[in-house]
Amino acid sequence: MHKLYTFLKYTFITLWTVFIVAPFLWAISTSFKDFQSVNSKVTYIPWLDFEPTLEGWRVLVKSPARGGVDIVEPYFNSIFVTCTASLISIILGTLAAYALSRFTFKAGFVRNNDITFFFISQRIMPPIVLSIPFFIFLSTIGLLDSLFGLVVVYIVLLMPIAVWIMVDFFNRVPKELDETALIDGCNPYQAFYKVVLPNSIPGLIVAGMFCIIFGWIDFFFAFILTFTEVQLLPVKVVALNSSITPWWSLSASALISVAPLIIVAFVVERYLSKGNLSGALK
Amino acid sequence: MNLIGKNITYKPDNQFHLNDVSFDFKKGNLYTILGRTLSGKTTFLKTIAGLLNPDTGELFFEDKDFSKIPVWERNVAMVYQQFINYPHLNVYENIIFPLKQRKLSEEQIKMDVEDALKTVGLVGFENRKIQELSGGQQQRVALARSLAKKAKILLLDEPLVNLDYKLREQLREEFKRIFSEGLSQDTILIYSTTDPQEVMELNGEVIVLHEGKVLQKGDAKEIFENPKNLKVAEISNDPPMNILTGSKGLDKLNFENISIKLPPYLKDLKSQNYYFGIRASEIKLDKEGEEFEIELAEISGSETLLHLKKGNSKVIALIEEVMNFKIHEKVKVKFNENKFYVFNNNEELVSSPYGVHNG
Repeated sequence: MHKLYTFLKYTFITLWTVFIVAPFLWAISTSFKDFQSVNSKVTYIPWLDFEPTLEGWRVLVKSPARGGVDIVEPYFNSIFVTCTASLISIILGTLAAYALSRFTFKAGFVRNNDITFFFISQRIMPPIVLSIPFFIFLSTIGLLDSLFGLVVVYIVLLMPIAVWIMVDFFNRVPKELDETALIDGCNPYQAFYKVVLPNSIPGLIVAGMFCIIFGWIDFFFAFILTFTEVQLLPVKVVALNSSITPWWSLSASALISVAPLIIVAFVVERYLSKGNLSGALK
Repeated sequence: MNLIGKNITYKPDNQFHLNDVSFDFKKGNLYTILGRTLSGKTTFLKTIAGLLNPDTGELFFEDKDFSKIPVWERNVAMVYQQFINYPHLNVYENIIFPLKQRKLSEEQIKMDVEDALKTVGLVGFENRKIQELSGGQQQRVALARSLAKKAKILLLDEPLVNLDYKLREQLREEFKRIFSEGLSQDTILIYSTTDPQEVMELNGEVIVLHEGKVLQKGDAKEIFENPKNLKVAEISNDPPMNILTGSKGLDKLNFENISIKLPPYLKDLKSQNYYFGIRASEIKLDKEGEEFEIELAEISGSETLLHLKKGNSKVIALIEEVMNFKIHEKVKVKFNENKFYVFNNNEELVSSPYGVHNG
């Protein structure tokens, strides 16, 4: 019985791993193929089945005039927008979350929980609801089709995530820790950045990770709020057409799109598994 | 130059946490606040620390209006019942934290920390992480931090309550030593606890707190010998003092089902109904005593607590040895008739075996 269970368990895990990893392997191997290896026969293993070439990757960085697609600029646009918006969201979100966790707000019938819910509610409605207001808003302030316009919009999208995660995190940090800091001679600001913040690094990392992921994968707002001046990576990748751009370049562009997320996941995973995060505070 | 509180009341959401509390604490003294859970002890200490602002009342320290000074400038130190340390810092960094805040010189800090570590017995643990320490050690770090600070007011909020029995005994002994050696004559030490034993051992001035109200003030002996009323008698004894309703007869104290020879010190008592209080330790196993039925027998440490019942009368007896009893077994116990506290119908003390000092 036990052996059967172990057998089934490992069988399932193996199949699942294959299911997850196979497309990646396929994309990786395809990105190094040339026309011959893709179209003539089924090939899998580099050097054995086909001769690997970097042609597919070169197309990505070549300018359109020379037959390339040039995703370099959208790539850095995406990195800039995602990182800037995530950073600002984390800073503002953490401050908001700390205030919501530690102080009591009363305004009419509005209490702390209502304010927290207000933040989260931004993520509850479908993004399309926000598209027209955002469009009008950005066109009014003249930031349509610009990187900064996108940063503003992404802050609106990402800050609720930061607030949500950090409120939950701060609620688990005992209030007595802040109080001890106050008693030990810190003013409230010092108590926050000398004591509470250093003990909140795990929460900050998780919040940062979510912000980066949600910022990076957004297609919708990047699509409707930009036209010609700036383009973000998801929009660019989607715009690639397989009848013009070859399969091997499409594979390469897909891989390079998920690469940052994979890196983020590895970094966070390594940090989380150090074990000095969750147990830091009882 | 004292710490003086006048008519301090704190009632958030119309619930009294502190109800008209006044006090006058002198430097170099130890004050213990005795009260049950939720009696307002922590609120009391937090008010002095400045973490809470009372709704009404005044607080003065060294002739200055304390309520105008924010927490971080008050120069107080506090140890919580939870072991609160800075988890991101090691033991040494934890202890120097308040000193660095006050911008003391490097050498001064080094000396103060070494002293504090020596006092709490944590020399050699400087580079340990807080999470690697046991509960007792964590509490020592917290204590060291507050000692190194040399604050003029040191607040300890049930510092031993979350420790196991053995460690508690040990630390309590050390506390007595630390309080007598490690503190300057400039310090006011305020220690809150639920444990009457701790109060007796620390032997300072006692304030009995109940539902935010001060029930009685006095030294430990006074509280023990003359609990002002029934509530104080209950709070200041563990197990709580047994309370029996009864009346004084001609030469007997009559309780339901039981009568006991009238002790000489109660001769002049008016003949009427009273509450009679007797400590659990004054009820002894005795072959010539009254027969009771055992409802429950608890063994704690080297003692046995017997929950006894006769008719509607229930008492708890403390037997100072470990004995095995069966539930529903019958035992004979004798009340020490010379140790009865008598309270009138207003629950105020009228007579104590030690004589009534407070009228």
